[in-house]
Order: sequence, then C-alpha cells, then structure tokens
Amino acid sequence: MRNRWSPRAVLGGGALLLALAFVAAAASGAYAISPAQLLRVFGALLTGGDDASPEYLVFANIRLPRLILGIAAGAGLGMAGTLMQGLFRNPLADPGLIGISSGAALAAGVTIVLGAAFLPAVPRTLGSWPLVSMAFAGGFLVTLLIYGLSQSEGGTRMALMLLAGIAINALAGAGLGYLSVVATDEQLRSLQFWLLGSLGGARWSAVALVGAVVFVACAMAMTLAGPLNAIALGESQAALLGVDVERVKRRAVVVTAFAVGAVTATTGIIGFIGLIAPHWVRMAAGPDHRVVLPASGLLGAALVLAADAVARTVVAPAELPLGVLTAAIGVPMFLLMLRHFRSRV
Amino acid sequence: MTLVCEGAGVRIGAKQLLAAASVQLRPGRVTAILGPNGAGKSTLLSLLSGQRQPTEGRVLLEGRPLQAHGAAALALRRAVMPQESSVAFDFTAREIVALGRFPHRRTPSADEDAIVAEAMALTDVAALAPRILNTLSGGEKARVHLARALAQIWHPPADGAERWLLLDEPTAALDLAHQHAAMRLLREWAARGVGVVAVLHDLNLARRYADEAIVLGATTGLRQGPVAEVLQPALIEEVWSMPCEQVERADGTVQYLFG
Repeated sequence: MRNRWSPRAVLGGGALLLALAFVAAAASGAYAISPAQLLRVFGALLTGGDDASPEYLVFANIRLPRLILGIAAGAGLGMAGTLMQGLFRNPLADPGLIGISSGAALAAGVTIVLGAAFLPAVPRTLGSWPLVSMAFAGGFLVTLLIYGLSQSEGGTRMALMLLAGIAINALAGAGLGYLSVVATDEQLRSLQFWLLGSLGGARWSAVALVGAVVFVACAMAMTLAGPLNAIALGESQAALLGVDVERVKRRAVVVTAFAVGAVTATTGIIGFIGLIAPHWVRMAAGPDHRVVLPASGLLGAALVLAADAVARTVVAPAELPLGVLTAAIGVPMFLLMLRHFRSRV
Repeated sequence: MTLVCEGAGVRIGAKQLLAAASVQLRPGRVTAILGPNGAGKSTLLSLLSGQRQPTEGRVLLEGRPLQAHGAAALALRRAVMPQESSVAFDFTAREIVALGRFPHRRTPSADEDAIVAEAMALTDVAALAPRILNTLSGGEKARVHLARALAQIWHPPADGAERWLLLDEPTAALDLAHQHAAMRLLREWAARGVGVVAVLHDLNLARRYADEAIVLGATTGLRQGPVAEVLQPALIEEVWSMPCEQVERADGTVQYLFG
C-alpha cells in the first residue's frame, strides 16, 4: 500500500517515541530534574560513580524503578493486545477479554476489603506483596477458568472463549460491586485507585520481577508472530500451512496471562493500551505481526511513560490515576490517526 | 504411490456427511470431484487434505495414514485452495500469497520473492499485489488464493515426495476466460507431476480439462474413472436430474447441453 510505512520506519519511530517519552518522564514530576542534571545522573548511574545529590537520589531510588515499570507495563500490554487481536482475528479484542484484568481486580478487591477485616496486619497498599500476589493469582485462575470453559471436541473454540470471557467478566464485576458496597470509604478509595491503575507502587524488587516476566513473555510472543499471520487466513487454513493452531492458542493465552497478570497485579488496571497500541501500529504499518508485535510493545511503553509523566505533574504533589490519562492521551491521538488513515480502515 | 481413501466415511451424530468412499488418486493427473449440492464433495476433499479425519475407514498418502505424515511435513507438499475464506486484517494480496511460503520458512529457497511474484503472474493477479485483499472482488480473491496454493508447493520437495494441489470449487467465482485459464494452469501443473484434485460444478469444464472424474450421486453411489467414461449423459441425468445431451464439435471436444 502506498501510504504504508516500512517496518524499519515504524520500529524506528516507535523507539524514538519511547526515548522521548522516557526523557520527558525522567525529567518531570514533583521533584523536577533539569536536562543537564539528568545527563549527570545518567553518567553517574552508568559509571557507578558516587553521587549524593538530591536529583540522583530521587532518580535512582524513586523515578527509575517507576520508569522501568512503566516500560514493562506498556510493552506487556501492547504486545498482549496484539496477541489477543491476532488470536481472535478481531481488532476489538484486548487482554481483558480472557479475564486477566477482571480476575486480578476481584482478587485485589477481596484483598483490600476483606483482608482488612480478617488479616488487618498484612499490608495491602499498591505494589505490596500480598496485593500483588493475590491479584496475579486471581487473574491467572480466572484466565484458566475461561480457557477451560472454551474447550470443545478436543480444541479451543474462540467463539466459546469470547462468550465465556464476557460472562465471567460480568460475574467478577458483580463481585467487585458487592465489595465496593461493603467497603469503608478508605478501602473504596484504594480499590478505586487500583482499578484506574498507577505506577506508584514501583519498588525495585517488584520492578525487577515484572520486567523479567514481561521480557520473557515478549520473547515468546515473537515466536508466535509468523503463525499468527497464518491464522489471519482462518484456523483451518493455518493448520493446512502446518501451524499447530492449538499450541499457538495455548502459548498466546499463557504469555498474555503472565505478562498482563504480572503488570496488572503491580500497577492495577491500565486500560486502553492493549486495545489501542496494536490498532494504531496496524494503521501505519499494515497487519504483519512480525512488525506489529514489537512496534505495539514500543508504542505501549511510550504511551504509558507519557501518561505517567502527566499523571505526576498536573496535580503535583498528588497524582492522577494512570488509566484516566492513557485514555485521555491515547484517544485523541488514535482519532487523529483514524482520520489520517480512514481510507484504509 | 497414490492418495487413497479406503472406505473412508464421515458421520457426525446421526448425520452421514459422506458414505464410505474408496478412491485412488494418482499424481500427474487432474481429478474432478463432481456431484449435486450436499453430496459430500467438500467432505471428501477435506478427508484428502487431512483437514478432517474419517470416522470410518482410512486415508493413505504413499501407503501411510495421512495423519502419520505430520501437519508440517504435509504443508511442504500439499496445498489447499479453500472455497471461501475470510481474511482478518488488511493484508495485501502479495502478503497473502507470501503466506503460502510459510511452511518453508526454515528452509527458504534463494528466490522466495520471485516465487511469490511468479505465482501471482500465473493467476493474473500481479497487478493486484499492493491491494488490500478484502477490497478485491470474489473472483480476484479466488485467484489470489490460487496463487498462494501454487506458491506453497512451487518446487518439488527435495526428498522426491509427491506434490498435491487440492481445490474446492476453484472456478466458482471466476469469469469465463479466467475459468478456462485456471483449468489450463491446473493441467500444466499436473503435467509437471503434481496431483490435482478439484471439486467442480461445471461438467463441461470437468470434461474438457480433467483426466478422471469422481461422481458422488445419491442413488448411484460413488463412481470413479476416466472422465469420458464416467460422465455419460445417462449418469448425469440420474445424478443431477437434468436432461442431458452430449454433442461433439468438429475439433473432437465434447460438450454437454442441458434441459
């Protein structure tokens, strides 16, 4: 297509956006760091030099883990969104469809609300281990349930998975609704914050774990790029091209569950990235998953970093929820792209 | 050395999609599968492609059960053109044909791009290469998928295995000229040793271009043989319930007139 960008241009553009977002997010916040200071801090970090300046301490201990969590979250969500859209052969699919977010949300709700009643001593703040592990387990179990419900005649039926996903998501929503009624105002507020996502829970230990999980998931996802292109022809045609379709489905679901589960458990629900990043890349680059997968990861990471930079500055020293901003920034950009490429949609 | 159905049938619950069928197909020939709607033509083709497993009997390729060959190995030498297929996302015609080379991704030829271009030229879709597949007409899409099937089995396998090309109503959406061009193309590929099996509705096309015919009739059962022997007006009248007359033109080709 004449107005398609080359894979190199798309990946280069994505990397550039991510770099810009990284610098912007590194500089901005409650404690602003000037570009010159940023350069010095980077130098000190890279050389292992001793630096006791306040900007170094802020950056190394608070901001950098947050930036890395943002990159992992955006990359994981963008890539997982691409996997789900490719697997469902539907550009409206997103990782939430297979229950990861709703399962994690329900488990987080249970931890925040009921945990306070039965185990008041256990920490339940964003990024704390009890909340992270409960949310991860909840997302994983609900995904497993939906995957199990979609088994029929020795295969996974995507239409069944879609319906089971919608039904189970609604059930989890009912559970959350109940929890929000019995919650105290303070619990409700922290649940609400969790449901709108934030990078505020970034600590080096959690960041390292999430980063590692997302990195492995992205590497595994790339092995599915070629088979997903074949699956665009339909599952039976893909099988005739030698694709083990069941294995691709299983892997895509597992990769998505791990990546999105780890991200969501740590940050809460960051909406919209998984839906919009792949769609946006496809408008520019075409649908080849070998390009869309990595480019969606880059774009998702850039979007989350940009949104977080705004979240930390507009109402500083308070913070806006990230999910509000990913939509507020992502939607106008998306609509602009839609107008630009509307002839091709 | 053949593709063989031995009493292969498909029954789903109480519904018999295909009664036990025994057919032998040889490479280097064009075989037409013929019959009225619902006779089981596509089911027979899906047994031969391995898309479906028989609920009775078995399907053998070169003496071994089809499934024993493995999906990846089969894909290197057996291509299937679907009757209709919906493609997700805005893939271009060229990208779709290039997907035919997917099975060869670990052992690519030196000329992968040339294969795609030549396959598209063969089915007259070279000019459509940059177009989005889903914006093409039905006949154009069919020719793109035919090019994809040809690209998939472009070179004879290194181990000398037979190549098979299975097509489900390849000419249904094509205009008159492209119907004949496609059938001539299939004959050329058969002449190069490829086993061609096509579900067809047009008996005149079958008579003119096929070597063998397999007729699936409700009352006659399955008939297989050289196309001129099997496609007798009496059988056609019984299977399709249409009066049929056979006329021979000056050049010796035979045409059927109906009604």
